[in-house]
Amino acid sequence: MEGVERIAAERNGRGYLSERGWRSWAFTLDHKRIGAMYLWTTTVFFLIGGLFAMLLRLELLSPQAHYFSNHAYNVFFTLHGAMMIFLFIIPAIPSGLGNFFIPLHLGARDVAFPRLNLASYWIFVAGFLVIIGSLVAPMDTGWTFYTPYSAKSAAAVTTLSLGIFLIGMSSILTGLNFIVTIHKMRAPGMTWHRMPLFLWSMYATSIIQVIATPVVGVTFLLLAAERVLGVGFFDPAKGGDPVLFQHFFWFYSHPVVYVMILPAMGIVSEVIPVFSRKPIFGYNAIAYSSLAIAFLGFLVWAHHMFTSGMSPLANAIFSFMTFFVAVPTAVKVFNWIATLYRGSITFESPMLYALTFIFLFIVGGLTGPFLGALATNVQLHDTYFVVAHFHYTMMGGTVMGFFAGLHYWFPKMTGKMLNEKVARVAWALIFVGFNVTFFTMFIVGVRGMPRRYAEYLPKFQVENVISTIGSAVLALGILVMCWNFLQGFRKGAKAPSNPWRALSLEWKTASPPDVENFHEIPQVTDWPYGYGTTKA
Amino acid sequence: MDNVLPFGAASAQAGRVDALFVLITVIGGFFFFLTQGMLIYFAVKYRRRRPDRDNETPAITGNPLLEFLWILIPSLVVLVIFYYGWRVYTDLRIPQAGATEVYVNGRSWMYEVRYPDGRTAINEIRVPQGKPVKFILSASDVLHGFYLPDFRVKMDMIPGRITTLWLQPDRPGQYQIFCTVYCGTGHSNMLAQLIVMPPREYAEWAGKRGREEGEGKEREPVAVRGERIVKNAGCLNCHAVDGKEKIGPNLRGLYGTKVPLEEGKSVTADEEYLRESIVEPGAKVVKGYPNVMPTYKTSMPPDDVNAAVEYLKTLK
Repeated sequence: MEGVERIAAERNGRGYLSERGWRSWAFTLDHKRIGAMYLWTTTVFFLIGGLFAMLLRLELLSPQAHYFSNHAYNVFFTLHGAMMIFLFIIPAIPSGLGNFFIPLHLGARDVAFPRLNLASYWIFVAGFLVIIGSLVAPMDTGWTFYTPYSAKSAAAVTTLSLGIFLIGMSSILTGLNFIVTIHKMRAPGMTWHRMPLFLWSMYATSIIQVIATPVVGVTFLLLAAERVLGVGFFDPAKGGDPVLFQHFFWFYSHPVVYVMILPAMGIVSEVIPVFSRKPIFGYNAIAYSSLAIAFLGFLVWAHHMFTSGMSPLANAIFSFMTFFVAVPTAVKVFNWIATLYRGSITFESPMLYALTFIFLFIVGGLTGPFLGALATNVQLHDTYFVVAHFHYTMMGGTVMGFFAGLHYWFPKMTGKMLNEKVARVAWALIFVGFNVTFFTMFIVGVRGMPRRYAEYLPKFQVENVISTIGSAVLALGILVMCWNFLQGFRKGAKAPSNPWRALSLEWKTASPPDVENFHEIPQVTDWPYGYGTTKA
Repeated sequence: MDNVLPFGAASAQAGRVDALFVLITVIGGFFFFLTQGMLIYFAVKYRRRRPDRDNETPAITGNPLLEFLWILIPSLVVLVIFYYGWRVYTDLRIPQAGATEVYVNGRSWMYEVRYPDGRTAINEIRVPQGKPVKFILSASDVLHGFYLPDFRVKMDMIPGRITTLWLQPDRPGQYQIFCTVYCGTGHSNMLAQLIVMPPREYAEWAGKRGREEGEGKEREPVAVRGERIVKNAGCLNCHAVDGKEKIGPNLRGLYGTKVPLEEGKSVTADEEYLRESIVEPGAKVVKGYPNVMPTYKTSMPPDDVNAAVEYLKTLK
């Protein structure tokens, strides 16, 4: 260890951003730089995916195909879904913010396997390049790739499968790296129960990534084998079973929604106590509920398939299990709200986004029982109600948590402060735009409008026009936020090492952190939530 | 039972689904106001008032009793919702004796309807009011969906499998059917109607349907009948008659023109070509269009084909 400490001492005072040139980025083993590269990459895909969403909303202004053909519309919603899921929401928080902050939270100099970490990033790049290559014959299958349509479609499904296979591989390696890092790299004195809750949620996330992702990899290999070699796994014309594909697909894609939401819950658990100046309420409950969600999340996949002709008994079992995922989720929400009680709350932009997460996630959560209950599921499945529900949880939840994290850690990552006023304007636009866009989808869904419709009955037009107007406000808010990030990065005021007076370890080092993170590996003597001073 | 949701339920079962919907809305609404109320109340009440003393907050780190309660209460509530949802669903799935059977096959992008006595129709299903109906669902190419929002039910149509759906329509009327499983370019045009007829009218229709094609419609001009056939057969899902392009070639002004074909040849769009294109669409595929149109060989009697061709000739 002495040698490491000596090198660390030599590098002291050199911010991780100080080295210049593309090689210093492309070959870096620094988890902070790798995290930053992930953040840039995924944010670009978030904006492209958002652009597709805007094209969809534009087309939906009129019931008839107006700007685009039906085929073009189908391509747009496929690319919107596939990009947002595979290239943004799955990697953004774990691989981006997780890479940056897991070692800092642990009081470590890097992740356990820095080279593997860099390899994960470049495998991810290879994956999205292959996916972009598949645009020669763009996908029109929806992001769920249901067979036999995806087995027959003229689109480049095989190429795209390979791309997603690579993305999945990157995801597995990152998860593996984080599990080992959290087990082996904790600073002296950091017991499991002194870990920030962000680490607990990242730990649960990583377990899901390692266990579930291979299944989707294999599924896409089977799909490719079916298309290239003509082996009939899923196409009944070749003796396969299309419903089998759905089981394989959701066995991965349901647990993966917790890969999306758990890290955001971790961020919210960090931000709420800091801006309430109070200890987190129910640390153990929040920590273990992450593990409970990760476990239960594996047992509910077929609730996406209640109308696929499964036996009523199987449907009943999956419905039953589904309801019990709601419990650990509700526990988290109650604990966050209880943390606010008798706090001293301020509303800087990270806190605004964290509170917005709770607000919108409650709406997303409480619309879940409509879909978990069998009879109402049969009514609402594949309507806009489902679209609204998962946007409230995924965008209202995960993306708001991501924004909270970006605003919270911006000073640490860049060494600059953001313009708080502009950040609040952007937040207000996003909050209003989001609700106008997506709440109307609940209504039009209950009225019976199916999803993935390029053209729709004129009786649904009012809701669609309102939703499109909301999406324009939402998009404006996101552009203002991005502009604020760029301005902050270029000419923001210099950030102190701990602008939010937070107690976790990343704030005990410089902003931006030095290459080796800490001058000396910190000794941990307490948990990071000791904010309150007076007796309860 | 009626009009609990923004649109009326068309059967007693649908009314029970609506009741479940309302129950979940009430429970969800209670927890919505409870949690959002506390969130906003705490955020406002405990906002920072004195910057210099903001570390003087109480060191509350948890409360085992509260944790126990907010694990227990949501667990009980979701159990109730699960049980109720399961009961109503089970009723929806119970086979009902004496049901009228209708076979519906999904094909990109239409519903082929066949009644047990051999009658057929496209995108239009007629059933009697007040009697249970059993739909026997299948698909010939890819997955399709069979969704009746007014009855609050849907079922996937799966190639290589039979799925079933029951309902008992209580009121006569015309009800929308949507495809809900994404099936390609024409997915959102894959629509049909369920027509619920009063029992006497239904009996009359079922009895005389056989003769209708022949003499019953003699006084109606053939082109008018052809227009109705083209509309009912779902042709307009893929073909436009207003000069625009949809999935298939535009039909206005087609008659008499030279049509370029896929193999580089061309053909004059005369009566024989139009007829062949309906009955055997893959024989001469227009250049630039996918060969996806299904055949009407079995579903459209020759007489109807001729009437449809007559109608196409009038589209100048």
